[in-house]
Order: sequence, then structure tokens, then C-alpha cells
Amino acid sequence: MNPLLTQEVPLSWYLLLSAVLFSLGVVGFLIKRNLITVFMSIELMLNGVNLSFVTFAHQWHAVKGQIFVFFVMMVAAAEASVGLAIIIAVFRARATLAVDRIDRMKL
Amino acid sequence: MHLILFLVFAGICLAGAINLLLQSHPINSALSLIVVMTSLAVLYLLLGAEFLAAAQVIVYAGAIMVLFTFVVMLLNAGREERTLGSRAARAVGFPAVTAILAVIATVILHAQGLGVARLSEGITSTEELSAVLFTKLLLPFEVTSVLILIAILGAVALARHEDGSAERTGEE
Repeated sequence: MNPLLTQEVPLSWYLLLSAVLFSLGVVGFLIKRNLITVFMSIELMLNGVNLSFVTFAHQWHAVKGQIFVFFVMMVAAAEASVGLAIIIAVFRARATLAVDRIDRMKL
Repeated sequence: MHLILFLVFAGICLAGAINLLLQSHPINSALSLIVVMTSLAVLYLLLGAEFLAAAQVIVYAGAIMVLFTFVVMLLNAGREERTLGSRAARAVGFPAVTAILAVIATVILHAQGLGVARLSEGITSTEELSAVLFTKLLLPFEVTSVLILIAILGAVALARHEDGSAERTGEE
């Protein structure tokens, strides 16, 4: 058999990649100063978690793990539409997207 | 083949995610997020999740990111100004991220019994997936459609003008 076809990748590498993606999302959430980019970092975190769901579904041959990812995608679509509508409303009220200047609720 | 594909697309994925953090213009960040999502679709395919790979490209890289780029262009979002951010983020946030990553990595690397992924093994067909989705999980599926309907109504209600002029309600 072709040796290229029998290569294997440990599932822990996939899990490590998903953990790194999630952490990069959290770092982006903390360092980004634009409302839209902060929102994109949340999407990055969701994607990192989705990858670990798919990896565990592969590990246990469970279909339900993949179905959970499907539901996460649907909720993320709903969340993106509502979130971006909120961003448009905020921009209309404040004329800025910088998170430092949208601090009316800060103590 | 699997190893090469994994290394290439995991590399592209990480490069896109780091580029998202480094770029200061939102449109560049949005485009690198599209790169991340598309290479994740290839990784899903490597793990045998055919339907999810297609849904990832269509729903995430297609619909959601089009919405993002649309809003970035609509609001004409310029270059962001870098500030230090809040003190709480620096004092608690970054150590917490490092700690979380360290804990997860240690747990994963010490986990026993994690298998391996090979090419053309453990593929979940769309038929299997939909058989479970439309029989056992029919109620959550229908509830999701109600959720999306409410999200559409909420987006329209939020994005419309307050003064009641109806001609620009369809923005979202």
C-alpha cells in the first residue's frame, strides 16, 4: 500500500490546534480596539471549540458531536446578525467603533 | 498525505488567526478570518465530517463573513487606534489566557486513549447525520428555526431608524 495513504495524525494535535485557536480568540478579544474586530475574535473562539467537537466526534464515532457543531453554526449565524445590527445601532448613536469611546455603561 | 494536509492547513489556519490579531484594518482581519474558516473546513474533511465541511464553507465563510465584510464597508470602518486597553484586561486577562492554554495543553498531552486520524477512515456521511438530526433531534432542529426567525426580526428592529422612516428598514 502507498505509504502516503497510511500516514496518521494523532487526534491530540487537532485538540491542541483548537486550544490555540481559542486562546488566540481570547487574546484578540482583549487587545483589539475595534468593535467589529472584537466580534470577529468571538467567532474565532467559536470555531476553535467547533474543531474540538468534531475531533471528539471522530474519536468516539459519535454523530451527535457533529450535530452539536451544526447547532453551534446556526446559533452563531443568528448571533452574528443580531450583533452586527447592534453594532450598526451603536455606530449610528455614537459615530465611532472604538471600544474605548463606547464606555457609557462603565462604572 | 493526511500528515501533509494537516500540517499545511493547520499552518494556514494559525497564520490566519495570528494575522487577524496583527492587522489594524478591520477588512484585513475579516479576510484573514475567512482564511481561518476555510482551512478549518479542510480539517473537518480530514476528520471525516463531510457535511460540516460544506456547512462551514457555506454558512461561516459564506454567509456570516459576508455579513461582517458588508458591515465593515457600510460603516466605512477605518484603521483602529491602538490603546493599552483596560487595566483589568492586562492584569487578569493575559495571565488567565496563558493559564487556560497551559492547563488544556497539559491535559491533552497527558490524555490516554486518544486515537489517531487516518485518511478515508471514520467518515460520517450526510445520510447518517440527517437520520439522527431528523428523528431523535427533530424538536431542537425546529426550535433553531424559530430562533433564527426571532434573530431576523430582532436584527431588522435594531438596525432600522428610530424616527420611523420605513424606507431603510431592510439594511441587515
